[in-house]
Amino acid sequence: MTDASPARPGGAMVEFDGVGLRYGPDAEVLSDISFNLQPGSFYFLTGASGAGKTSLLKMLYLAQRPSRGIVRLFGEDLVAMPRHRLPGFRRRIGVVFQDFRLIPHLSARDNIALPLRIAGVSEEDLSGPVGEMLSWIGLGDRADARPATLSGGEQQRVAIARAVIARPQLLVADEPTGNVDPEMAMRLLGLFEALNRLGTTVVVATHDIHLISRIENAQMMRLEKGRLSDPTGALRYPPANRA
Amino acid sequence: MIIPRVPVQHRRLLPDRRLSGPTPWVIAILMMLTLLAAAAGVGLARSANAIGAAIAGRVTVQIVTANPVTRAEQAAALRRAAAAQPFVLSARSVEPEELQATLGQWFGAAEGDDPVLKSLPLPALVDIDFVGEDRTGPMRQLQALVAREAPGARIIPHAEWLGPVARLIRSLAWIAGGMVVLMTLASAAVVIMTARAALGTHYTTIEMLHMIGATDRQITRLFQRRIAIDTAYGIALGTVVAAAILLLIGLQWSGVTAGLAATASLGPAGWALLLALPLLAIALAALTARQTLLAALKKIL
Repeated sequence: MTDASPARPGGAMVEFDGVGLRYGPDAEVLSDISFNLQPGSFYFLTGASGAGKTSLLKMLYLAQRPSRGIVRLFGEDLVAMPRHRLPGFRRRIGVVFQDFRLIPHLSARDNIALPLRIAGVSEEDLSGPVGEMLSWIGLGDRADARPATLSGGEQQRVAIARAVIARPQLLVADEPTGNVDPEMAMRLLGLFEALNRLGTTVVVATHDIHLISRIENAQMMRLEKGRLSDPTGALRYPPANRA
Repeated sequence: MIIPRVPVQHRRLLPDRRLSGPTPWVIAILMMLTLLAAAAGVGLARSANAIGAAIAGRVTVQIVTANPVTRAEQAAALRRAAAAQPFVLSARSVEPEELQATLGQWFGAAEGDDPVLKSLPLPALVDIDFVGEDRTGPMRQLQALVAREAPGARIIPHAEWLGPVARLIRSLAWIAGGMVVLMTLASAAVVIMTARAALGTHYTTIEMLHMIGATDRQITRLFQRRIAIDTAYGIALGTVVAAAILLLIGLQWSGVTAGLAATASLGPAGWALLLALPLLAIALAALTARQTLLAALKKIL
């Protein structure tokens, strides 16, 4: 197994070992994927369209089981894990999508509060954190706005707030800046960086090479035709030893 | 629980009135037809049972002796002798006036006062009810008694001529019962289609709920509640309309007090069944929705 960050046997938050994924009878979209993700680290996942980034992320946020290989998350084997145990693991993972996937008839406040409500947090206890989160993403005055009335950047900030409100240990973002302008992309990246500083492991799939250069100490994984290349970070851009 | 309790904030996860559509109306129509069929089935079954019980152990002895005086004497003697038998529950001579009044309805003469009717040589009739349901032994003993008291008289078991009618009514009751079953299945099918359509409509919401850690039970309760409420509205509407129709029929029926019509009532058990059907329907709808939703959710990781 190759590590995406310095190896710490037994201490990895995510472990993929010889993972393959195929949809139906077709050829594998992911083959022989092996890597470890260390707690508190920041990873970029890059690759051309169709390289398998979204499929890999789906396995990370438990929307897909691998066709073969071993996937361990938080120290537990997820391949053989019974389905009814998955929700408990999903509550430890935050997910951000390029298309936001906000629930259209809920306000920004209710969208952000959703993970806490699902986890059974009382209305009394969740109002404070949700208010703080709205302020943190700069939407304190738009708490009651429906997603359709928010700009793309505002919607993405709500989506990020929803992903992190329950303080997940792992944050997975699939092209989170794909639908926002460069300035907003930088602001969103700043949010991810702030979360990472608080101890959340972050995995961001992106095409944007300039984005990658903005995060110090970030590791890069590159997918090419369904195979993970350069998982050691040697192709990190800009080079690790840049000034 | 038929309609699960879901926190108000969770209920908002489904937009208002998205599931309503035609479902409550279709359920209302099916419920109304189900209740009418059930009422018809219960009424017919009770009629068939009443007729069956009435005719099972009853015979009429028809005395056709030409001499009216002898005929009357034979009838009276037979009635007395039969009433004294241990296998006879009751024996009653049918009065000539009663016969004439019955025939008068067919002749168009009120109260049987038509001279032609009065001139007819009517047979003397003795109605005899046996004790118990076994007819074979009592029938043999009665034949011997009739041969002694009124030679040449005919014994007519009521089951011979009313039996086919009772069987027909019982068949109709079974058909009504079958219709109740079919309409219940149709209602369940409507609920299944509604649940599947709801899952399709709200798939992205369900997918998101799954991803943030919602359990199948949480999602199912959300949809089950909505579907149960929708179907409950339909069932309530269908029940009200069916009740109005049954009351109207009941009012008209109360004017028909003779013959077979008099036996067709629902009885306490029948009414209890009709009252229980809507509640059972709501429970069935909720259960069907729950199972459909759980089965569908299991296909998603």
